[in-house]
Amino acid sequence: MLRRLREVTDPVTFSFDGCPVTAERGDTLAAALLAGGIDTIRHSVVGDQPRAPYCLMGVCFECLVTVDGVQNRQSCLMEVRDGMVVASQRGGRQVLQGNR
Amino acid sequence: MRKITEAAQFADTYDIAIIGAGPAGMSAAIEAAQAGASVLLVDENTSPGGQIYRAVTRHSPDDDDFLGADYWKGRTIAEPFLAAPIDYACSTTVWSLDPAAEPSAKATLGLTLAGAARRVEARIVIIATGAMERPMPVPGWTLPGVMTAGAAQIALKSISAVPDGPTVLAGCGPLLYLLASQLLKAGTEIVAVLDTSDAGQRLKALPHLPAFLGSPYLAKGLRLLVDVRRQTRVVSGIAELTINGDTRAQSVTIRTGQGSETLAVQTVLLHQGVIPSINLASSAGCTIRWNEDQRAFEPETDPLGRLSVPGLFAAGDGAGIGGADHAAIEGRIAAVGALLDLGLVEQPEAETRLTPLKQQRRRYRRGRAFLDILYRPAKQFLSPPDDATIICRCEEVKAGQLRQVIDLGVPGPNQLKTFIRCGMGPCQGRLCASTVTEIMAERRGVSPAEIGTYRLRAPIKPVRLSELAALPQTEDAVFAVTGRRPEPVSNPKGPNQ
Repeated sequence: MLRRLREVTDPVTFSFDGCPVTAERGDTLAAALLAGGIDTIRHSVVGDQPRAPYCLMGVCFECLVTVDGVQNRQSCLMEVRDGMVVASQRGGRQVLQGNR
Repeated sequence: MRKITEAAQFADTYDIAIIGAGPAGMSAAIEAAQAGASVLLVDENTSPGGQIYRAVTRHSPDDDDFLGADYWKGRTIAEPFLAAPIDYACSTTVWSLDPAAEPSAKATLGLTLAGAARRVEARIVIIATGAMERPMPVPGWTLPGVMTAGAAQIALKSISAVPDGPTVLAGCGPLLYLLASQLLKAGTEIVAVLDTSDAGQRLKALPHLPAFLGSPYLAKGLRLLVDVRRQTRVVSGIAELTINGDTRAQSVTIRTGQGSETLAVQTVLLHQGVIPSINLASSAGCTIRWNEDQRAFEPETDPLGRLSVPGLFAAGDGAGIGGADHAAIEGRIAAVGALLDLGLVEQPEAETRLTPLKQQRRRYRRGRAFLDILYRPAKQFLSPPDDATIICRCEEVKAGQLRQVIDLGVPGPNQLKTFIRCGMGPCQGRLCASTVTEIMAERRGVSPAEIGTYRLRAPIKPVRLSELAALPQTEDAVFAVTGRRPEPVSNPKGPNQ
């Protein structure tokens, strides 16, 4: 988990598994989750083990979440937006669920 | 700079396409645009800077000074980059690079931006995709609470945040101490720096010390070592390191010559140097070679950065580790090489530009071998002895399973991959490739050069079927699949253009 050194001055609010999280506009989603006190953001596909963002630079794919219904988004590569609906992932992906 | 925010805004073709907005990519773009080439730069991140100068244009030096002058220096590249006459596509993923089919043809990039894919052509492609941190597989490294040191630095740069609670840094290499110093300055509670360097490397590095004495990195490095040792505990000679916890990291157990010790922690930051990101060059069919000093695979380049496949260049850490200043010079060298190959500068003019650049590059390379050899990770952290350690994080393949299959006589990493799915998850082998090669090399008693690494193919990043399906198709392609000629439309590129 991360601790912010500066107050949030231009807040945006999104939800993670239904709970509201506040972040600074322009933050990446993965960093905003960690700074919001959330580190387990998914359970691994094979062993169902808790996982958290690991590299924050687009390499490891540990930070995959479902964003606004689209599965497997790399949260470290996207900016937070007001009203974003973020959900953790557990188990394997399904072809139809949540895909548009 | 024209910012591209939708796939439809890409031109069909460019003189030079550059991948990556770190020091190498930005410098190449500035150099190429100045000479009048049409330039596209695509980058995965939301703002320019790469990882080393991450978010450098988003904040100003007065906000905080935890990062130091070497970070803010990135502005001297990012600002002219943003002012240069180029097309810049941020938040864009490159998932394929097809080299030109014949000398007069162009290379094609497969891109995704804002949920839509496009194929864009370029006469020259410069790969400036930088480096990634060398994986450091230890027991417990998949637990929440464990990140790479680079990730912590990215958090500091991009959102001014630091690890919360007691933290240890474990591993080796210059970045470990740089980050420790930055985090200490920012008020992080660092319990200890666990230096896993192999003491045996000191003697091996010694012959390269005289060259390093002339390196611009010497003074900074020494200052960091002293600074960190003054402020926190540094433990060296670590033979074993285990991260403990059920659902998150709670403690770290280390074993040294003095015995074992367990430290309570909330965050563990791992780092054992950086290695080139070779995926794009490799998938384009470029020759990949083993660099024994840096203990990593890198694409083979000529002195101007030309890859083995015509029309493709590589620059910066993605072509071999040299650091940020070195990367910026390499970006400019590759751009001059590209301009030369395109006929946009004449040979004598190119030579005039290249002479001082090559001189500077030599300066930054001076003494590099000393650092590379001194900080070569210890064997037990390259090829983990504990059979239960996860190697492939995506498919959760453990070291013991790998050794079992290797002992069955599997010919190489590619067959290993098909047998046990190691390297077949979403990261596409990025976090296991180097360890798989190391384990196999150790087991067989040969050099990693003989083992090789995964053969990579496009798409080198996951791409959604809906994105692919929306690609504009040629009439011939539609006919090949459906057996029917599409209805004539007013826009020859189809409805999605």
